[in-house]
Amino acid sequence: MNSLAKPGRWEKFFWPVLAAALLLAIWHYSVVWTATKVFPSPLSVEKGLAELLRKHVLWADIGDSLRRVAIGFGTAAVVGIPLGLTLGWYPAANQVLNPVLQILRPISPIAWIPVAIIFFGIGDRAATFLVFLGAFFPIVVACVSGVSNVPSIFHRAGRNFGLSPAQILARVVFPAALPQILIGLRIALGIAWLVVVAGEMIAVDSGLGYLVIDSRNSGKRYDLVVAAMLLIGLIGLALDIGFRRLEKIRSVRWGFRS
Amino acid sequence: MSTRASVTTSVPGVKLQMEHIGMVFARDGKSVSVLEDINLDVRDGEFICILGPSGCGKSTLLNVMGGFVSPTSGSVSIDGQTVHGPDPRRILVFQERGVFPWLTVEGNIGFGLSKLSSSESRQRIAHYVQMTRLQGFEHTYPSDLSGGMKQRLQVARALAVNPDILYLDEPFGALDSVTRFIMRGELLRIWQTERRTIIFVTHDIDEAVQLADRVVVLSSRPAKIQDVLSIDIAHPRNLSSPRYLEHRDDLLKKIGLAYAE
Amino acid sequence: MNSLVRLRPVAFIAALVVIWQIAVNRHPGQLLPGPLEVLRGIGDLLRHGLLLKYVVASLFRVTWGFLLAAVIAIPLGLTIGWYRRAEMAFNPLVQIFRPISPLAWIPIAILWFGVGDLASIFLIFVGCFFPLLLTAMSAVHNIPDVYVNVGRNFGLNTADFIYRVVYPAVLPQLITGLRITLGIAWLVVVAAEMIAVNSGLGFLIIDARNAGNRYDLVVAGMVIIGTIGLLLDLGMRSLERVKSFRWGYSEN
Repeated sequence: MNSLAKPGRWEKFFWPVLAAALLLAIWHYSVVWTATKVFPSPLSVEKGLAELLRKHVLWADIGDSLRRVAIGFGTAAVVGIPLGLTLGWYPAANQVLNPVLQILRPISPIAWIPVAIIFFGIGDRAATFLVFLGAFFPIVVACVSGVSNVPSIFHRAGRNFGLSPAQILARVVFPAALPQILIGLRIALGIAWLVVVAGEMIAVDSGLGYLVIDSRNSGKRYDLVVAAMLLIGLIGLALDIGFRRLEKIRSVRWGFRS
Repeated sequence: MSTRASVTTSVPGVKLQMEHIGMVFARDGKSVSVLEDINLDVRDGEFICILGPSGCGKSTLLNVMGGFVSPTSGSVSIDGQTVHGPDPRRILVFQERGVFPWLTVEGNIGFGLSKLSSSESRQRIAHYVQMTRLQGFEHTYPSDLSGGMKQRLQVARALAVNPDILYLDEPFGALDSVTRFIMRGELLRIWQTERRTIIFVTHDIDEAVQLADRVVVLSSRPAKIQDVLSIDIAHPRNLSSPRYLEHRDDLLKKIGLAYAE
Repeated sequence: MNSLVRLRPVAFIAALVVIWQIAVNRHPGQLLPGPLEVLRGIGDLLRHGLLLKYVVASLFRVTWGFLLAAVIAIPLGLTIGWYRRAEMAFNPLVQIFRPISPLAWIPIAILWFGVGDLASIFLIFVGCFFPLLLTAMSAVHNIPDVYVNVGRNFGLNTADFIYRVVYPAVLPQLITGLRITLGIAWLVVVAAEMIAVNSGLGFLIIDARNAGNRYDLVVAGMVIIGTIGLLLDLGMRSLERVKSFRWGYSEN
């Protein structure tokens, strides 16, 4: 917004590197000056990361977390998108179902853990169920929103060209709503990543979330704790960036022009 | 059109001077020349129209004159002083979305009046509410105003701070043609009541002939001054008079050249 | 006609509740409680004075964490969003921290604050900070250039400009962001209260199960959490309808 001069291309790398370097320096020196015995310094985190990589445990944990996200998110999409489209298409159905959704939505997936354990026992499936819950509501909401926001002009054009309601839904409304649905999916993916980590801290014994809590519990290995946190951040970011690539595909790019 | 008494259009004294204005933008690594060697003198109290095809750089020229953007070469001076940035002595009226939606009509008009005492500003606001015929809407929010009313509001807000120069960037472009007609009359009426220098950008030939003392014709990009036409018909201008139609045809031909380039 | 239509969702919920009860009756001895049991559980909590105590405790932590985050993240986000170079500097860092679940901060929270209220508030703070930061940055980006130019044109000094142009222009988007983040805070409080000592709705759920498999209290807690979360959201939405904010939601 405010630019005294147009920033040069080099600045795109310079400033974040500077900020990161500053952060690392502050981190490092606060550890040194407070002479803390427990909180890790950047170097020990780096070493911890290397250790995890060497032990090969890391890849299994990452794989577990990603797998749970994939299944939970995938199921939420498969169930949520049709449901959301239907609710958006038939306002009467939405009027009936919406209050239930509005009551269930503010309940953190974590609060579902005891119930999840009843149905799935402690383990993988409970964690996946939590991911499903976390992703489900944003997806449904985004679909309802996307469908209802399709301008009525498009509906009329569809009818004008003699399309049946089902065809209108598939060939007009769905493509028109797709940008908004994609945004909802991307947000839901981000939530799924948050939930899987949280769920793994409580309900299972593998995955990155488990790694965080276990590193502390069995040996106060805060260097591993922070290393795991950074990995969680980086992988979550990678998921988000990857998903944004989808938004660049031609058939939806129109919805994202700024 | 209004039926006020006619006013002579030549006023001595140069208000705004543009010398060798050039504007080059860098876009995707290429440099695009938008304005080339613009030289123009605007006299005090004059009504100037800048006419040109869409996208030719008229708005850029206006932004340079207003000080919102620095020219790549050349300089603009007002009253002999070089223009370095925006200033409340010369207010720009935008094509749309210019009024603040969170302020009422009164709030918008009073926007630049914070330095006045409250009784003074109230007086001034009331004056301009009347002049732009917005009585009764003082406490209305812009979302409840029509497009034409919003533009009148912008003009009122601009005039309230007593600027020397009023820039208008295709202010009626977003309005329907009937409203546009009415607004042109309103603008002239206001201009004849409170004389300022007005620089009005448009791509509408009729608008230019109807309003301006002088019409500056810009070529398409890179914009150069192709021609400057003086319109010496007294206001109110009869839109069917032979003289009017002569000027109009003249401009049509000149603009036709600009479009063909 | 109108009132019949309004009753439809109520009827639907009632039907679900009935199905739930029937399903539970059909399978005696399993752990999931039926609606009647849950209601009795809520009654239990009321009688012991725990319901109010836990609700207040959760709201207390949410309020503190949320407000702290708002007070720090919003001005910071507005500043970073305004200065392009600041954004270039900090955006990558923010993008890396944002996907880290607040729960992953638990070990650090305990390390810095010990087990207790402060740690829970810190977790809620972390959960709210990044969404609010990003909302503020986005709100600044979305200020139409026209408004900025008008502000410059009228010769406003910096303080005036921020107070009379930037702040009103970003307000609607900030309020929407605050509403969404409050919802996030409410989600996080449940998780955060797992490390709380002795109160709160999240604590109730975890403790009720751990100390005696009181699943009726678990589900009661879930129902209360859902209801209060919904009320919070509705409350924020009514704020969006206040007249002087409404401009941001209608066509200009």
